[in-house]
Amino acid sequence: MKRLMSGNEAIARGAYEAGATVATAYPGTPSTEIVTSMANYPGVYAEWAPNEKVAMEVGIGASIGGARTLVAMKHVGVNVAADPLYTFAYTGVTGGLVIISADDPGMHSSQNEQDNRGYGRFAKLPVVEPSDSQEAKDYTRLAFELSERFDTPVMLRVTTRLSHSQTLLQEGEKEEREIKPYKKDAVKYVMLPGHARLRHIEVEKRMLQLNEYAEESSLNRIEWDDRKLGIITSGVVYQYVKEALPEVSVLKLGLTNPLPEKLIRSFAAQVERLVVVEELEPVIEEQVKAWGIKVEGKEIFSLLGEYSPEMIEERLLNKEPLAEFALDKEIPGRPPLLCPGCPHRGVFYTLHRMRLTVTGDIGCYTLGALPPLDGMDSCICMGASIGTLLGMEKARGEDFARKSVAVIGDSTFVHSGITGLIDVVYNQGTSTVLILDNDTTAMTGHQDHPATGLTIKEEPTNKLNIEAVVRAIGVKNVRVVDPLKLDELRQALEEELNRKEPSVIIAKRPCALIIKEPPRVQYYVDPEMCKGCKICIRIGCTGVYWLDNEKLAVMNPNTCVACGMCPQVCTFDAIKVVEG
Amino acid sequence: MQGQTKNILIVGVGGQGTLLTSRIIAQVAVQMGYDVKVSEIHGMAQRGGSVVSQVRYGEKVYSPIIKKGDADVILAFEKLEAARWLDYLKPGGKVIINNDRVDPLPVMTGKAKYPQDIDQRIAGLVPDTTVVNATDIAVACGNARAANVVLVGILARATELPEGEVEEAIRSMVPPKALEVNLKAFQEGLKF
Repeated sequence: MKRLMSGNEAIARGAYEAGATVATAYPGTPSTEIVTSMANYPGVYAEWAPNEKVAMEVGIGASIGGARTLVAMKHVGVNVAADPLYTFAYTGVTGGLVIISADDPGMHSSQNEQDNRGYGRFAKLPVVEPSDSQEAKDYTRLAFELSERFDTPVMLRVTTRLSHSQTLLQEGEKEEREIKPYKKDAVKYVMLPGHARLRHIEVEKRMLQLNEYAEESSLNRIEWDDRKLGIITSGVVYQYVKEALPEVSVLKLGLTNPLPEKLIRSFAAQVERLVVVEELEPVIEEQVKAWGIKVEGKEIFSLLGEYSPEMIEERLLNKEPLAEFALDKEIPGRPPLLCPGCPHRGVFYTLHRMRLTVTGDIGCYTLGALPPLDGMDSCICMGASIGTLLGMEKARGEDFARKSVAVIGDSTFVHSGITGLIDVVYNQGTSTVLILDNDTTAMTGHQDHPATGLTIKEEPTNKLNIEAVVRAIGVKNVRVVDPLKLDELRQALEEELNRKEPSVIIAKRPCALIIKEPPRVQYYVDPEMCKGCKICIRIGCTGVYWLDNEKLAVMNPNTCVACGMCPQVCTFDAIKVVEG
Repeated sequence: MQGQTKNILIVGVGGQGTLLTSRIIAQVAVQMGYDVKVSEIHGMAQRGGSVVSQVRYGEKVYSPIIKKGDADVILAFEKLEAARWLDYLKPGGKVIINNDRVDPLPVMTGKAKYPQDIDQRIAGLVPDTTVVNATDIAVACGNARAANVVLVGILARATELPEGEVEEAIRSMVPPKALEVNLKAFQEGLKF
């Protein structure tokens, strides 16, 4: 019987059925659930790597070692893994290797919306794009075969909408296979210039073979209907096209690198008007135009964000979306915010009060940039906070370092913050770095990492000691504080900022969502004492809210977790513990 | 259903438990042999942001997302979210609103006002509007957290999903020790 599965679960199922025995990843929305699902299958070694580059390298080793291997990451993670990936495209594989790039058009949970199909042409990789969960499973399986047949890593490119949609899927039988024997082959795997020149010849040969394969592949198909309009599309956008334009001819591409030139020419010749519908970059369109084929694409469709069926109706049928029921009045937005009890709230409240310049990083704490906390000046990519802070100090001088800090989470520090801190010490920066250690990778859904002491299967392992790492790097001033003890945190910041030496403050408190015990106390606002100053409201916590009619703050017992922060900010001691 | 795809939009605030509701409805549609697609949002928006789950079922479903003006039902776990997504409702569609108010950040900080009587204004616009106090009903059943299953009951009645099939889906998806409360909550929902 068919069952509902998300695109991510389907990819894991496909890898399992293909006999993959190694799976490695660093968590990142929308890719995270791929390897967590993989960890549930028997006979599969799954792991969280400290970052995507290491994941890729572990994957390369597993492939050279003969195993079919799955490596998964979000689109920006591929940038981190790009160095080994590009050269692995030269060496090729022993056991098949499929790298999942989960792109995020619309930036539901990302800092950019780069289109990783571009990696296909740049790194000379086959790129496969499924359009629902069944295809996600089937194409993953096929991608392993292609990887071994053409001696290349294969990229399976998906998007948020595929990863996090559940559609019906028929499971298949698991392929029983032995891992391939290991054979030393330095000319293939040691990329000295002399060897790499030889491998580049193989890469170009392979691309020619793949060109031929693309023409015949079951991954590409034409669905003929009315020939006035022909659409070329791929991925989940295919589903939007079918929804919006059920009666047009469609060339659905499951392999978007390399593209099947003959098939596209033949399709183009048989339709009156040809349009490419693809989210983000004109990857297909530009290639088709380069072949001299008349085609429309980005003249009609946006380079920005996610597409939808109604967008396609609007652009190609001039049909306005129905919006019979719309309220005329403005509806206040609802941006995401830090949870009640979140340790980051104490940090950003304090940084904001101290008017510091803050270089930020990627995680839940990036939300500290939003009002009312307004506690961040920059956030670029994983691990960037520390290097950015050092750069600002070098540009503006040591005095600037007296009033600026970097903030970085525990998982992000392990991912790629350590090297930035090494640079601070090596090049004699005097910055203060705050490591927000909440003992998990929170934003992506609480995955473990090397400093939690648990594996992906929640089995105990060595717990990386962040404090010891920081000291070993050469930072002499290291202290650990509880970020919800506001006075202590502020004092630590003042003292460390004043030092003309590198300092690290580890703000240590577990994520409020991983604490299992119910709160020990309950708070209430004493209406006699509350002066209606709203300072407790301005910490942006849903545990306390404002009664406009009474001009009073009130606790929300359903959401408050009694973290004890708002009583500390209340100037009039109006927030009290319920006795008894 | 004669080939017509049903479109159900479930909206709320990250953390309110919209995912369980959409998964129960989707599971019922699977049991009934329909083609089903569900779209969810994970990641940053789940931290107290505006969230939406989309369930589509019918003979053949292509897009996992619902077009504007094409939802048969909007089920809102929070009043303001019903208003935000109202332009997705089909003419003749139904709105079910849980009478819950969660102030978004701009309201908390005084930058915006929570629109007064928002549920009444929706009811004035959409003839088929049901406003319920699902949380109170769930508390009466034994646990406030069963509010989403009260809403499943109301939704099942609105979409004419068979009671037995929904009950089976609830049994398969709710942990045994919470089952009794949830089945009671479901029955209460069916009364609407």
